Amino acid sequence: MGKQIYYEDIVEGSTIQQLIKQPTATQLVMWAGASGDYNAIHYDKDYALHQGLPGIIVHGQLVGAFLGQMLTDWAGVKGNLRKLSLSYKGMNYPGETLICQGKILKKNIEDNQHLVTLKIWVENPRSEKTLTGMAVISLPSINDT
Amino acid sequence: MACGTGIDFLIPFATWFYRLFVMSIDVEIIEKLESRISLAEKPIVYEIEKGMIKRFAQAVGDANQLWQDEEYAVEIGYESIIAPPNFIVTLGFGKMLQDLVNDPEITVLHGSTELKRHLEIKPGDIISVTNTINNIRERQGITGKMLFVTFDMLYENQHQEMVAECRQMIILY
Repeated sequence: MGKQIYYEDIVEGSTIQQLIKQPTATQLVMWAGASGDYNAIHYDKDYALHQGLPGIIVHGQLVGAFLGQMLTDWAGVKGNLRKLSLSYKGMNYPGETLICQGKILKKNIEDNQHLVTLKIWVENPRSEKTLTGMAVISLPSINDT
Repeated sequence: MACGTGIDFLIPFATWFYRLFVMSIDVEIIEKLESRISLAEKPIVYEIEKGMIKRFAQAVGDANQLWQDEEYAVEIGYESIIAPPNFIVTLGFGKMLQDLVNDPEITVLHGSTELKRHLEIKPGDIISVTNTINNIRERQGITGKMLFVTFDMLYENQHQEMVAECRQMIILY
């Protein structure tokens, strides 16, 4: 992974490195197996249509895990994701490009922990935010080393 | 588009018409769920294996070595590989949904997730997941009744330490 980021490097209001994903139907099946979520709206098109959906949809928690990957890539091995809240606002369809993004809202020191709060979201090709959320990450300080 | 307000108009007309006459959310499911509010379900126990973590990382397409490369993990100061932060929310989630809503006519969508993490998970950990329904809200949508079910999931390890806590909200219609 990349270079470790430190609390002192953080500038409030700045954005973090985006992560681009394009989940395929195969990936949804892999996720169903890995996560144990066998809700058929994610792999059975006939069932999804019968339930009134436009087709199979991407698991919300898989898209949430994309945001998790963006955050752990950014925070480096010494960063620690403490809190993660996700709100599934709209459906994502396999084959569509999803852009995972994050913006730093604030940094503060609490109980000796160097915390960073981020706003995070996922955007689909129609510029709709299909998933929004917040994350709190503790980062190392350069004074620790 | 907010979850609680915007989902209805995504449903194509034919199904909307069909659903006017066939209501999926009936008294029985509401009573079943309501009878379980505040009662902890029987814990579901998972023995964490390297293969589970690897399959998770592969499904996400996350190549971070910390989830898969033992030598790398030790080199940077961990005892072994660890699981990515989102791994824990999959434990017990699908199983819990299957147990609570065992009816293919009911559509289950995910509303929200709020996760607090306390400890890392590594291979060899035994995680027991306890789920409690916390709240049920009913709403009349155009296509029939919708239920918003909130539940709390607690994850404890083999040393009786709280590894994480998660509040999940699902939408049934």
